[in-house]
Amino acid sequence: MPNIPASSRPDGDPRYTLASLLAPPQLVRLAAIGAVVGAVAASFAWTGGFFSPDRLDQTRMIDAFEAANGPHPGFRRNHAKGVCLEGYFDSNGAGARLSKAEVFQPGRVPVFGRFALAGGLPMIPDGPTIVRSMALNFSLPDGEAWRTGMNDIPVFPLRTPQAFYDQLVAAKPDPKTGRPDPQLLAAFQAAYPETVRATAVIRAHGFSSGFANATYNGLDAFLFTSAAGTTTPVRWSMEPVDAFAPAAAAPTADRNYLFDALIARVHDAPAKWHLILTVGQPGDPTDDATQPWPPERERIDAGVLSVTRIVAEGDGNCRDINFDPLVLPDGIAPSDDPLLSARSAAYSTSFTRREGETKIPSAIQTARRP
Amino acid sequence: MTRHFSLLSRLLHWLMAILILAMLFIGVAMVSSLSDYHRLVSIHKPLGILILILVAIRLVNRLFNPAPSLPAGMPAALRFTAHASHWLLYALMFALPLVGWGMLSAAGYPIVLIGLLHLPPILPHDAGLYAALRPLHTVLAFVLFATFLAHLGAALMHAVVFRDGVFQSMTR
Repeated sequence: MPNIPASSRPDGDPRYTLASLLAPPQLVRLAAIGAVVGAVAASFAWTGGFFSPDRLDQTRMIDAFEAANGPHPGFRRNHAKGVCLEGYFDSNGAGARLSKAEVFQPGRVPVFGRFALAGGLPMIPDGPTIVRSMALNFSLPDGEAWRTGMNDIPVFPLRTPQAFYDQLVAAKPDPKTGRPDPQLLAAFQAAYPETVRATAVIRAHGFSSGFANATYNGLDAFLFTSAAGTTTPVRWSMEPVDAFAPAAAAPTADRNYLFDALIARVHDAPAKWHLILTVGQPGDPTDDATQPWPPERERIDAGVLSVTRIVAEGDGNCRDINFDPLVLPDGIAPSDDPLLSARSAAYSTSFTRREGETKIPSAIQTARRP
Repeated sequence: MTRHFSLLSRLLHWLMAILILAMLFIGVAMVSSLSDYHRLVSIHKPLGILILILVAIRLVNRLFNPAPSLPAGMPAALRFTAHASHWLLYALMFALPLVGWGMLSAAGYPIVLIGLLHLPPILPHDAGLYAALRPLHTVLAFVLFATFLAHLGAALMHAVVFRDGVFQSMTR
């Protein structure tokens, strides 16, 4: 058929009629068009993982948290029990040697964040060996932010997202006994020897007696880029000014004794931590948070974090913030640690789910205190 | 009477076609990938703002350089569908980046484009707003992809079935 501009034809051009479309040569062309459109649609579905429902993605990861802990609408799927913190960070300028990020220039930046207990149970009683966490948002000029989530353990027990998922499945309480299946746990430990090694390091390290005298470690490695363009692997920690005291063997009768002690401590005077940057050397693992770096690595004290106020979770405060570890300022970039992108993805899914759910008051309330 | 789109219109059309298709594939990939999530989100945000800037330029261009008229013999129902689908595409090209920007604002995220380049929030930090806008972003993206498929199918119909010069109006 010649390619004649249709505008030169009279109204009721026959080429648009159904009868002409159903002529055999046109049917072949229509089928070809259908195949092209179908192929594009199928590649889109494939890219979105619609054909691989068993692949571990953020949806399955957060589903595993919900399956392990039960439904707790409105709360974080992990680190569910927590309280908001407010304060500031006084940089001494020492970190600027490693990173051009504004936060390391000398001066003060406002900080907010959250103290929490690891795990997906928002009403769990405080306990001496539950991992404690500190999440922070440094509010930098021009809308920039640095967010970090740190734990009071020296290494992370899991190296990959798959290990994290497999542990959630293995440690899920058996509905009959209320305890994890020992066979599943043994199989998990056999599959992930690095977790067994890291757990031994964590046990040997021990826990402190409270939130205010705990060291919080970023655990994952990041890449710092200086103003001169030099890139250095770094792990960071918040080391307390309050002296370490070992955790009591058993919890007290107060279900919230750790949080209540923190609230009282900060009410008396700001609680403080030094931001310690540990400088990695070539060969130090940046893709394996289960491995400690050698203890002799250079440590730079970049400044002091002061926590001046503890506030219950509520509308628009730390409750409604995703402490995504990849919200980073210019001058800090992710390393090749596979946990980082996975944390960012899974936190986002957890955040989206909980923000759409009806909220109930958190376990830790501060309103009655002056 | 003009038979084809202006050079600027054709440039904007094909550039945005590539960017939007890439954007849709990046979007659907990143929400189902743990390992590539961060890499893809880091492209998704600045690319979305680039598309928002381009569609604003394109709308102004469209007002100054109108589209060539459709073939006189085209039935009224097809003409209506063609016009409606084009305005739907324009609406979605504006809506998706704006909803994306709005939902990041409502979530309290810093809106990073590249390096130190940041955008201000366009909505207050509000859990309910985020909870409404985040799924809306997904729904609109699927509507855009479906509209794109219809647009692709229709373009190929004009090219090889109707052979009425409409496809060529955008290719030369």
